[in-house]
Amino acid sequence: MKQEIKGGPLTRLIMNDVAGRRMMMIILAIAIIVPFCNLVFPEGSALHVSTYTMTLLGKYLCYALLAVSVDLIWGYCGILSLGHGAFFALGGYAMGMYLMRQIGDRGVYANPDLPDFMVFLNWTELPWYWFGFDQFWFAMVMVLAVPGILAFVFGALAFRSRVTGVYLSIITQALTYALMLAFFRNDMGFGGNNGLTDFKDILGFDLQADSTRAALFFASGIALILGYLISRFIVTSKLGRVLVAIRDSESRARFLGYRVEWYKLFVFVVSAMLAGVAGALYVPQVGIINPGEFAPINSIEMIIWVAVGGRGTLFGAVIGAILVNYAKTYFTGAFAELWLFMLGGLFVLTTLYLPKGVVGLWAQIKDKFFSSGGGGQSGNPATDNAEGKV
Amino acid sequence: MLFAFVLYTVVAGAEASPTKPNTALHAIAQELIDAGYREKQALTERLTTIDDPKTLEFMQVMVEGDLYYRKDDRVVVIKGDNAVTTFFSGEEITLESKRDIKKISVNNKLRVLLRGGIARLQIFSDDPEMRMQAAVNLLKSAEDLDQATLDEALSNEEKPDVRDVLSLVKGIRLLEADTEKERLEGVSYLSGSLYPDVRGALANYRRAAEADSRTEEIQAADEALKKIESLLSLNSVAENLYFGLALGAVLLLAAIGLAITFGVMGVINMAHGEMIMLGAYTTYVVQQLMPDHIGMSLAVAVPAAFLVSGFVGVLIERGVIRHLYGRPLETLLATFGISLVLQQAVRSVFSPLNREVATPDWMAGTFMINPALELTFNRLYIIIFSLLVLALLALILKRTLFGLQMRAVTMNRPMASSMGIRTGWVDALTFGLGSGIAGIAGVALSQLTNVGPNMGQAYIIDSFMVVVFGGVGNLWGTLVGAMSLGVVNKLLEPWAGAVVAKILVLIFIILFIQKRPRGLFALKGRAADMG
Repeated sequence: MKQEIKGGPLTRLIMNDVAGRRMMMIILAIAIIVPFCNLVFPEGSALHVSTYTMTLLGKYLCYALLAVSVDLIWGYCGILSLGHGAFFALGGYAMGMYLMRQIGDRGVYANPDLPDFMVFLNWTELPWYWFGFDQFWFAMVMVLAVPGILAFVFGALAFRSRVTGVYLSIITQALTYALMLAFFRNDMGFGGNNGLTDFKDILGFDLQADSTRAALFFASGIALILGYLISRFIVTSKLGRVLVAIRDSESRARFLGYRVEWYKLFVFVVSAMLAGVAGALYVPQVGIINPGEFAPINSIEMIIWVAVGGRGTLFGAVIGAILVNYAKTYFTGAFAELWLFMLGGLFVLTTLYLPKGVVGLWAQIKDKFFSSGGGGQSGNPATDNAEGKV
Repeated sequence: MLFAFVLYTVVAGAEASPTKPNTALHAIAQELIDAGYREKQALTERLTTIDDPKTLEFMQVMVEGDLYYRKDDRVVVIKGDNAVTTFFSGEEITLESKRDIKKISVNNKLRVLLRGGIARLQIFSDDPEMRMQAAVNLLKSAEDLDQATLDEALSNEEKPDVRDVLSLVKGIRLLEADTEKERLEGVSYLSGSLYPDVRGALANYRRAAEADSRTEEIQAADEALKKIESLLSLNSVAENLYFGLALGAVLLLAAIGLAITFGVMGVINMAHGEMIMLGAYTTYVVQQLMPDHIGMSLAVAVPAAFLVSGFVGVLIERGVIRHLYGRPLETLLATFGISLVLQQAVRSVFSPLNREVATPDWMAGTFMINPALELTFNRLYIIIFSLLVLALLALILKRTLFGLQMRAVTMNRPMASSMGIRTGWVDALTFGLGSGIAGIAGVALSQLTNVGPNMGQAYIIDSFMVVVFGGVGNLWGTLVGAMSLGVVNKLLEPWAGAVVAKILVLIFIILFIQKRPRGLFALKGRAADMG
């Protein structure tokens, strides 16, 4: 596929996308400067960035990648998945399993093969699905494969039966709910309630060390940029046009002869894999993965990042994720009581007054104050919604 | 013979002292205080012959070892867990020191005598319930009553159910008999009985038979036990079915409101669970306002919860949802935001902790089908209540002007509007109705689960599953969907465990939706294209 559109894609990707280009430059700059400031400047220096801040920012970057993956299917294909947290968590669990095996005999029970929680449950040998996770490459393959395969199976079933819209949203929610219940069970072999934690090192590097943290942060930044470029590549390709067509009128696209379900399936699987990568980068930075990540409310929160940032603009999703999560960190610290009021209000106000998110805010203001008459005809094909009665 | 003697003295006693009933008992009690064990035996035997309503209680207290007397004035008292009361006048007394009272002690021989006496008194009581109770107690300790008295009781008994239990007692006694014929006869009495004591007795008997390798008896015992087992498993299926129906009723209650807001209006109301929560909190507030009338509180809470949740629903519809019609996915986000705000509001007003909602007395208690199967009343009420709510809603939809307008707006909004229906108000009231019913569900659920700010979250996913599974826009679908999901869930539970059962049900729904994307009872024709 890359061969066919050689020459074109780079221009298409980078040159035509001014906002995205600027944002990617900023992300790249952050990905380099923050670890640099953390490692080079001593603590107490004005230019020093604490490891805590860096880890926090690294978390935001993972969330941003996740938001890009959600926007890819929701903004461009109209698939509102309320279970995207499941793919994120599965990627995280794959990484967690690798990190768990890396602990080796340094666990509390000093068992070289079995993680502590299995020894605690009196298991005598590793379950079959844990094999291979002592290898980094295998774990990385699984980070992509497990969410990808689940998305493929689930999507193939759902899209071919033409489960769409609200129904799809509800069964994706059922999916992540079922997975949450399953992972809460000790018998599943994923640490039950406590999940996987107490990680020691990754690829031989101490996870507590600042340099490892910095490397992970850099990796998250790069992953975000790559994820963004992949998504951008998809949505600006011919395939992306079909996706938008499907979003705007699925049956019309079908009648025009497009195999709608395959297009949807493709983008759903890609999105799930991106979410998996985000999860895999998230886990070593926060140091734990537990079934709570599957909670349906998490998946809904992801949707709101995208909605706040601006549905149907990939860089808007990045902005939304970072903005909302920064607000969350700030408000839960400063006014814990108010945070849910804020978040809830944000949901309501965004859907009512900001159908295109903060990214569309400028266009909205321009429309209102600088253009005479017309009004509401912004003509952006990527966010073609009925204007609400604002 | 003993029985004849008892009967005689009972009659004689009744004639002798109708006006001063306590005297004979009182006299014996006074004698017991000073008596040694041997004299106590004689006194106890006399005790069993006194016709006095308090005799039974006296013996029961005595056999438990709770009978004391006050040293100063020789008043007989009962020493309870917390307080000491006088036996005859029932007054509570305060003690200065533990030494003030002294126990009227009993030994094993006396206990056997007393238990026999108690059993005799109860088994010939005029109150059938007491006779039943005595018979059931005898299953545990069949040797309390001697053979002759038992036969006498059996032949005198008029109530068939009491007689059945007495014949079980006889059967248990026969298991210990000397001849094989008698023992086998005993087994035949016991076969198919559901009392746990009978099963225990048979199991003991089988062990004894095995020890002496009496093959024929082992076989008979095995058959009887097998019959009991199969009856018991039938019972547990029936019990799970009942639990399943109750769970289905809970799901139904939670989902009915959603069947309106989501099913009829096409609004994905993620704040639906919070409407349930508001209803539950309304129950709590009502109970705080009328703490002396807990029994009545639910009757007040049902309309109150309907109004509170319904009012909030109308506000939500007018304030937010009406701007979002035709954009179902955005409605989902906005209502989710509202649900967060409502949760936090409740958390700020009532504290994040669970609130205690009292259960009225009439909700408690059980309903005994057979010795191994007891059904709790509260589940039964929930089932009835959910069906009532459903029926009421169906009535509103089919038989009232509002229902007619509601259906008209759902079918063809512009046409309804041009016929003079104020579609905006119909929307608001429909949403209010759905929310109000969720509030009623909250009243019912406050009786079953914890009332806390997060309680709505627990029901929202289940409710959506029920509505989607049953078929959107169809009340029957909601009923069938809720009941079948509830029953399937509970029937799976015994062999899969609660969590796995739930997961299996969720997977089943996911697969089912693939097969029938519009649910069990899909709307046909043009209406199916909406949504």
